[in-house]
Amino acid sequence: MRRPRGPIFLERRSYRQRRLRDAARFLPILGAGLWMVPLLFALDGVSSSTSSVMLYVFGVWVLLAGLSALLSLGLDPQPGPGDESAPSDERAD
Amino acid sequence: MGIFNVLIVVCLGYVALLFIVAFMAERAAARGQSSWLRSPFIYTLSLSIYCTAWTFYGAVGYAARSGLEYLTIYLGPTLVVVGWWWMLRKLVRIGRSQRITSVADLISSRYGKSNTLAVFATLVAVIGTTPYIALQLQSVTLSFSSFAGVEATVPPFGDRNAMAFWVAGGLAFFTILFGTRNLDANERHHGVVMAIALEAVVKLVALIAVGIFVIWGLAGGIEATLAKIDASPIGTFTPSAGRWAGLTFLSAAAFLTLPRMFQVMVVENEDERHLRTASWAFPTYLMLMSLFVVPIAVVGLELMPAGANPDLFVLTLPLSQGREGLAMLSFIGGFSSATSMVIVAAIALSTMVSNHIVMPIWLWLKEDGGTVVSGDVRGIVLLSRRVSIAGVLALGYLYYRISGGGAALAAIGLISFAGLAQVLPAMVGGMFWRGATRAGAMSGLAVGFFLWLFCLLLPSFGEGVVLSAETFQNGLGGLAWLRPQALFGITGMDPLVHAVMWSMSLNTLLFIFVSLLTFPSPLERLQGAQFVNVFQHSGATQGWSGGVAQSEDLMVMAQRILGGPEAQSFFQAEATRQGLAGFLPEPIPDFLQRLERKLSGSVGSATAHAMVAQTMGRATVSVDDLLRVADETAQMMEYQSQLETKSEELARTARQLRAANEKLTQLSVQKDAFLSQISHELRTPMTSIRAFSEILRDTDGLQQDALRKYAGIIHTEAIRLTRLLDDLLDLSVLENGQVNLNQRDGVLSTVIDHAVAATGAGAGRMRIRRTALTEAVPIHTDLDRLAQVFINLIANAQKYCDAERPELTITVQNRGASVVVDFIDNGSGVPREAQALIFEKFARVSEQKAGGAGLGLAICREIMARLSGSITYLPGQGGAAFRVTLRTIRTNAAK
Amino acid sequence: MGKQVLVIEDEPNIIEAISFILMRDGWSVATHSNGQDAMQVIRACRPDLLILDVMLPGRSGYDILTELREDTDLGRLPVLMLTARGQAKDREMAEKAGVSRFMTKPFSNAEVLEALRQLVPEE
Repeated sequence: MRRPRGPIFLERRSYRQRRLRDAARFLPILGAGLWMVPLLFALDGVSSSTSSVMLYVFGVWVLLAGLSALLSLGLDPQPGPGDESAPSDERAD
Repeated sequence: MGIFNVLIVVCLGYVALLFIVAFMAERAAARGQSSWLRSPFIYTLSLSIYCTAWTFYGAVGYAARSGLEYLTIYLGPTLVVVGWWWMLRKLVRIGRSQRITSVADLISSRYGKSNTLAVFATLVAVIGTTPYIALQLQSVTLSFSSFAGVEATVPPFGDRNAMAFWVAGGLAFFTILFGTRNLDANERHHGVVMAIALEAVVKLVALIAVGIFVIWGLAGGIEATLAKIDASPIGTFTPSAGRWAGLTFLSAAAFLTLPRMFQVMVVENEDERHLRTASWAFPTYLMLMSLFVVPIAVVGLELMPAGANPDLFVLTLPLSQGREGLAMLSFIGGFSSATSMVIVAAIALSTMVSNHIVMPIWLWLKEDGGTVVSGDVRGIVLLSRRVSIAGVLALGYLYYRISGGGAALAAIGLISFAGLAQVLPAMVGGMFWRGATRAGAMSGLAVGFFLWLFCLLLPSFGEGVVLSAETFQNGLGGLAWLRPQALFGITGMDPLVHAVMWSMSLNTLLFIFVSLLTFPSPLERLQGAQFVNVFQHSGATQGWSGGVAQSEDLMVMAQRILGGPEAQSFFQAEATRQGLAGFLPEPIPDFLQRLERKLSGSVGSATAHAMVAQTMGRATVSVDDLLRVADETAQMMEYQSQLETKSEELARTARQLRAANEKLTQLSVQKDAFLSQISHELRTPMTSIRAFSEILRDTDGLQQDALRKYAGIIHTEAIRLTRLLDDLLDLSVLENGQVNLNQRDGVLSTVIDHAVAATGAGAGRMRIRRTALTEAVPIHTDLDRLAQVFINLIANAQKYCDAERPELTITVQNRGASVVVDFIDNGSGVPREAQALIFEKFARVSEQKAGGAGLGLAICREIMARLSGSITYLPGQGGAAFRVTLRTIRTNAAK
Repeated sequence: MGKQVLVIEDEPNIIEAISFILMRDGWSVATHSNGQDAMQVIRACRPDLLILDVMLPGRSGYDILTELREDTDLGRLPVLMLTARGQAKDREMAEKAGVSRFMTKPFSNAEVLEALRQLVPEE
């Protein structure tokens, strides 16, 4: 099952892959955070216009889709050598 | 031709187009020209079945009522897809590597292939999806009647119900045709996916067209539209924070757990890399679908009459402006949304119902009838799928009829979401936490499901329909803390958020709590490891592998074939050989080879190889199948060994019986000979007596010494007769235990002296060898009876020893508690076959060696038994050898 | 000199009794007490009549009789068989072996003499 480790000169690429994955993991958290922002205004009793909130929400949407597209260009969903060693979520237990 | 008829024609034409597209796609896939079918964009478009008629019509209605809140329904899925690296990637990988066919299958597979759990998940899915299907039927009929309202003609179908019926029937037909064409192992339906992708395009185009018309045709540009929005009744953003966050979460959860989403996202997935494209393309699609919702709602509220149903603005707005072409496009878009959802949902549900409910029942019923023919099952599965599809649509139609189609579309959609989301804790927990157990999943799901029923679904029918007004006010059974919309006394919450909060939190808590308390079965642990560590277990490029198994799989299998202890010790030895502790060695080729060899001893080498190969995931048979095979093998082997044991027992019994029979036969011969023997023994002396008494009587003038001699013979023979009778009497007395023993103290040597003297052996031809020193053993017994035994033995030796120089050796061994006296002569001994009989009455070694009456040894045996000793024949001593064992310690054996 | 009778019997007292009776009646008597070499003795002695016991050491009377009947020379020798085992089965076996006369012990002296006279008529 175990594959041979990749050659040394791939290290740099492998490192970039990992950071891209970190970014991919971070993206939904960012999105959720940004989309909850309008609630803060509402909680404070500041009433904002529907159009501005709408523009904000859709702006975030475009941003997320754009970032996701950028990430997807670099991300390889099929992990290479040693790629899955770091994340703790897949090593639970 | 009225517009209504045009609608019918357009609908039929559109459906015909779908048929053609689906058919072409199937054909292309069958020919292998499916590269374009496997485009990641097709995959992305197929995900759009998330957007149903609820989105198409309902979102506008939702926006018209609650402003921007409708967006939450799309924000959740967007976050899930954007965060594909967390969940979707793993879900898809698990689905592929474990050959998952549905949400229910996923849950069941993760928790030890539990069918109970699968049935439960299936029921949740069916109950949660049925209203949703009803919703689609309703939207189609509503859109039809919107046109009918304009045209004011009587629909040729009669009424709405009939129309809903025809729609449901048509969809069932399409689904059965393309959804159950093949029974591929991977459950993929190219035709259906392609048709859905087409529908995704149609509905997006239709909605955007209406949106563009509204913004630039009616509102007068973007600026003006934004101004209109802020001026409208929904112009101020006043969200309920609970609903905003809650609904975002709920939609995200539903996106993962909706049966139809699972179908397109996981089951129909061709390639994991498609997710990469979908991660940005699908959010874009969702954004475009929701982009024009608010403008349409605002303009609709402005232009349409006050009582108009906002759920139909997308259709009625162009219609009211005389844009029938656009309205038609909008109608087709709505129709697309509804049909694609119903088709995929029906396929997904029918897979679950068929796999987890119909098939188990069928197999269970079939079990009595004998074995299942393999060719048979395929047809049954297809039939069961078809019946299930029809059943699911029939349920949707029934729900539509019963609910009357009155409730707001969005409400039904959210209720549905909340129900299906109950699967989420078990699903996510199973994917990320190895400690999750079946009991945990079961209890969490059960609690979540019942809370959803009680707090959301049943109240949704209204007060007094299922739950009485009394229950709403005072709680179930009058318990205030059991009010369906204010559980545990928490009031003032939005009913939906309230229900989601309670059901999901208690579901999750119970799931975790029970999982912590219970212990998973081996298969569950195995599957847990497979799910959680799916990226370590499955090769990246490998396709559908049959249950990827590791050492634990192998062990489970080996145990069933070899039996627990043997398999365990074998695995432990292998682990030790690899330098590992415990029972699970690494599945290196070396170990596999040895295991194969070991297994082949039980099941044959070909089978063993196939089993190991399959367990290692190199073939397409699931672990379950293997285990079944292993069970059968184990059973067969058990029967076999039982048979072996039985036949061994039988052989043993037969041997014993034969021995007993031999003895009985010999004894019977002896008994038969008894009369002859006794007759002979009595007649022989009587012959002499009679002959000589006649001589004495009839002969005159006999000499004095002849006279004396003949009288002497008569006397001797008479004594011989008496002795014989005495012997018989003696034996009879001994056997009946009526003998009186005269126990005295004495010395063994004296008794032997007496015996030797009585037989006259010392003076006779036979030489007697004794060792005086060892004979000085004090004994306490009936000395006369003991002497009788010794006399008998010495006399026998005299009679039967056929050596040229007969010799009798008498040895004495003092063994403390007992003394052993051996009488060994140097003759030919007793033949083996006679040894068992010599102590029987009237037994004689052979006819030729006539002599005594054959009672001597029988009497000896009886005497020794009375004296608490024994007499046995000692084989292998060179001659006849008898051993007399006597206790030296005082006993009160005599009675 | 009277006719010769050979008595094959292992009980010494019975031999003595028979010898006395026969000699008193004028027979010439030879005796033998072993079954083993009985045939040689019979051939050597060539008696006019044979008195044979059944239970003999070495060889049973039936065996001897059977062999005797197969012998061309001695096949017609009259044989009086005496046995202490007086069952019907024994009589059957004796007749099968070709006995001339079968008597059970204890016998009456007169009967034995009577039988002998019948088997070897006076010339």
